[in-house]
Amino acid sequence: MDAIILQILNGLDKGSAYALIALGLTLIFGTLGVVNFAHGALFMIGAFCAVTMQRLLTWSHLVVDPTRTDFLGNPMQTEVPYLASLVGVDTAQAMITWAVPLSIILVIPVMLFVGWAMERGLIKHFYKRPHADQILVTFGLAIVLGEIIRAVYGANPIQSPAPAMFSGSVDIGTYLGFQPNAVVYPIWRLVYFCFSAVIIAAVFAFLQFTTFGMVVRAGMADRETVGMLGIDIDKRFTLMFGLAAAVAGLAGAMYAPIVSPNYNMGMDFLVLSFVVVVVGGMGSLPGAVLAGFLLGILQGFASMNEVKAILPGIDQIIIYVVAIIILLTRPRGLMGRAGVMED
Amino acid sequence: MLGLTRKDFTLFAIVVVLALLAPVLLNPFPVNSALGQTFNAGYPALMQRFAIFGILVVGFNILFGLTGYLSFGHAAFLGVGSYAAVWMFKLLSFNIVPAIILSVVVAGLFSVVIGFVSLRRSGIYFSILTLAFAQMSYALAYSVLTPLTNGETGLQVYPSDPQYLAAAGAPSGPHFFGLPMAQATTLRLGDWAFTFQVGYYLCAIMLIAAFYLSIRIFRSPFGMMLRAIKSNQTRMNYTGLNAKPYMLRAFIISGMYAGLAGGLLAAMDPLTGAERMFWTASGEIVVMAILGGVGTLIGPVLGSGVIKYLENIVSKINESVLHNALAFLPDGIENFFVTVIHPFVGEGWHLTLGLLFMVIVIFLPGGLVEGGQRLAGLFGRRSTATTAADRDAARQSPAE
Repeated sequence: MDAIILQILNGLDKGSAYALIALGLTLIFGTLGVVNFAHGALFMIGAFCAVTMQRLLTWSHLVVDPTRTDFLGNPMQTEVPYLASLVGVDTAQAMITWAVPLSIILVIPVMLFVGWAMERGLIKHFYKRPHADQILVTFGLAIVLGEIIRAVYGANPIQSPAPAMFSGSVDIGTYLGFQPNAVVYPIWRLVYFCFSAVIIAAVFAFLQFTTFGMVVRAGMADRETVGMLGIDIDKRFTLMFGLAAAVAGLAGAMYAPIVSPNYNMGMDFLVLSFVVVVVGGMGSLPGAVLAGFLLGILQGFASMNEVKAILPGIDQIIIYVVAIIILLTRPRGLMGRAGVMED
Repeated sequence: MLGLTRKDFTLFAIVVVLALLAPVLLNPFPVNSALGQTFNAGYPALMQRFAIFGILVVGFNILFGLTGYLSFGHAAFLGVGSYAAVWMFKLLSFNIVPAIILSVVVAGLFSVVIGFVSLRRSGIYFSILTLAFAQMSYALAYSVLTPLTNGETGLQVYPSDPQYLAAAGAPSGPHFFGLPMAQATTLRLGDWAFTFQVGYYLCAIMLIAAFYLSIRIFRSPFGMMLRAIKSNQTRMNYTGLNAKPYMLRAFIISGMYAGLAGGLLAAMDPLTGAERMFWTASGEIVVMAILGGVGTLIGPVLGSGVIKYLENIVSKINESVLHNALAFLPDGIENFFVTVIHPFVGEGWHLTLGLLFMVIVIFLPGGLVEGGQRLAGLFGRRSTATTAADRDAARQSPAE
C-alpha cells in the first residue's frame, strides 16, 4: 500500500508538468488549429527565466572592505549583490533563496510577449497552410530557440535550487499511519503539484466564468459565427496563444529545481506532451489534464521494481505503448470531440 | 533509355556523373591551400555520408513526397538496419553482402509491423504514432534489449566474436569478397589530390541504384496511385479502391531504403548505437527532404548533400578561422563581424540549420528545387518550360 502511494506521488510531479504543457498545446490547437511543435521550447524558456531571475538577483559587484584583509594582506574584496544595496542585505538574501518562485513575476510578462510575438510574427502566416507545414515550421523554431538558449547559457544543465524552506523531504507516510520512512517525498514536488493544480484551475475558471473566456469558447466551437457577431476573435485567440505560452513557461520555471534546466529539456518534454495530448483527445482541455496525470502516474508505477521484474524496461516505453493502444482502439483519445482533426 | 523518358534520363545521368566523379568535383581547391582545407569535401568519410543520407532521404521521399504522410520516426529503420548489419559482421564474417541484405530485410519486416499499425491513422496522428514507435525502439535499444544492442556502449565487433564464415586471410574490416572497404588510391595532380575509395564507390553505386528505382517508382502506375492518395484519399475510397495496401507498400519500400542506408553506415564503420534512432535523427531526415524539395526526384539527393556539406564546413569554422578570413578589415569592424557571425558557426551549426530550415519552410515550401526553378524563371523563359513537369510533381494538388 505504501509503495503504491509513493508511486502515485512520484507520478504526480511529472504528470503535473505533462498536464500543464498539454493544456497549453490543446489551447493553441483548439483555438488556432495549429500544431505547435515549439511548445516544449516555451517550457524550456520558462525554466531559463528562473535561471535568469536567479542571476539577476545575485548580480554582484566587488566591494573593497578596508577593515579586513585577505591572506595576502591586501584589502579584502567581497562580492555584494546590487540587490543588497537596493533593499538591504537580509531582504536580498531572502529574495535570492526564493529566486525560483519569484521568477514567476518575470515569467508571465516574458512568456506573454514571446507567445504574442510568435503568433503575430510567424504562426499567423501558417493558418492556411497544411498541418505538415505548421509542424515543420514550429519544429524549426524549436531548434532555433533551443540553440539560442544554448548560445547564451551554455550546454550544461544549470542548477537552480528551490527555496531552503522547501528543499527537504517530508515523511508523508507517518501522517497516513504507515511506518516512518516508508513514503518520503521531496517537498518541492508537492509544491509543484499544488502549483500546477492552481494554474489548471485558474485556466479553467478563466475560460468558464469570464466573458472573455466565454467568447473564446464560442470561438473554439464556431469561429465564423462569432466573427459575424462583430467580435474580433483573432485578437482574443492571439491572447490565448500568449496565455498558453505563459502556462508552459510557468510550468518550466517551477520545474527548474526538479530538473536542472538545459537547452534540450524542452524537446524531451515535447514528445511526451504530444503523446499526452493525443491520448487525452485532440482539442479536449479536460482530456489533456486527465491524460497528463494518468500517464505520469502510470510511468511512476511502471518504474516500480516489482513491475520491472515482470516486464523489464516497461518504465521506458509505457507511455508510448499506452498511446499506441489508445490511438488504435479509441482514435479520438480519452475525451476527444468528434470532428477534430479526423482527416 | 533504361525505361526512362528523356528528361528523367538526363536527371539520372546527372546523378550518375555527380556520384561517380564526386572525389574530383568536391576537391576543387589544392590540398594545402586555406580554401582547400575549409571547403574541400572530397574525402571518403564525408562522401560516404553524402551517398548514404542520399539513399535514406530518397526513400523517405517515396513516402512523404508521394503520399504526404509525414513520418517522424524514420531513423528507427536506419538504426535497425545498422544493428542487423553489425550482427552479421559479428556472426558470419566481415563480408558486407549478407550484412546489407539482412539489414534491408530486417528493416523491411520492422516497417511491415510499424506501418501496419501507424497507417491506420493519418495526418498528425500518423506522425505521432511513428514518432512514438521510434522513441520506443530507441528506449528499448538503450535499456532492455542490451543483450542485442549493447545498450549505451553501442554494438561493435570484438576479436572474440565467432565470425563463423570468416576465411583465414580475410581483411579485418568490412570487405566485399576480399576487397576491403577502406582501400583507397590517391591520384596526385600537382597540388591537387583525389582519393578514390572502395567504400565510397559502393555507396555511390547503391545511391545510383536507389535513385533509379525511385524514378521508376515515381513514374509507375503505383506512383500515380500514391499521388492520388495524397491529393484526395476520400475520393479514392469512393471509387472502390482500398488505399491501405498501397500506403503500406510505400511505407515498407521507404523503410527498406532506410535499412539499406543503415546497413551501409555499418559497412563503412562497423559499429552502431541507439542514438541513431533518436528522434532528432528522424528530424534531420525530414529537414533534408524539405530543404531539397519534397516530391521531386532530385530534391532528396540535393537536400542531404547540401546539409551534410554545410554541417561539415560550418561546424569546422571557429573563432580563429573567422579572424583569419576577415583579417583584411580594420580591427574594430573585424571584431564586430566576428562577434556577429560567431554564434552561427562551429558549435552553433544547429542554429544555422534551424534558421535555414525555417526560411525554407516559410518562403520556399518546394525547397531548393523550387528555388532553382524560380531563378531559372527569372533568367529565361525556356528553362522554365522544361522544368514545368517537375514542378507539377512537386506540388500536385488537382481539384479536390
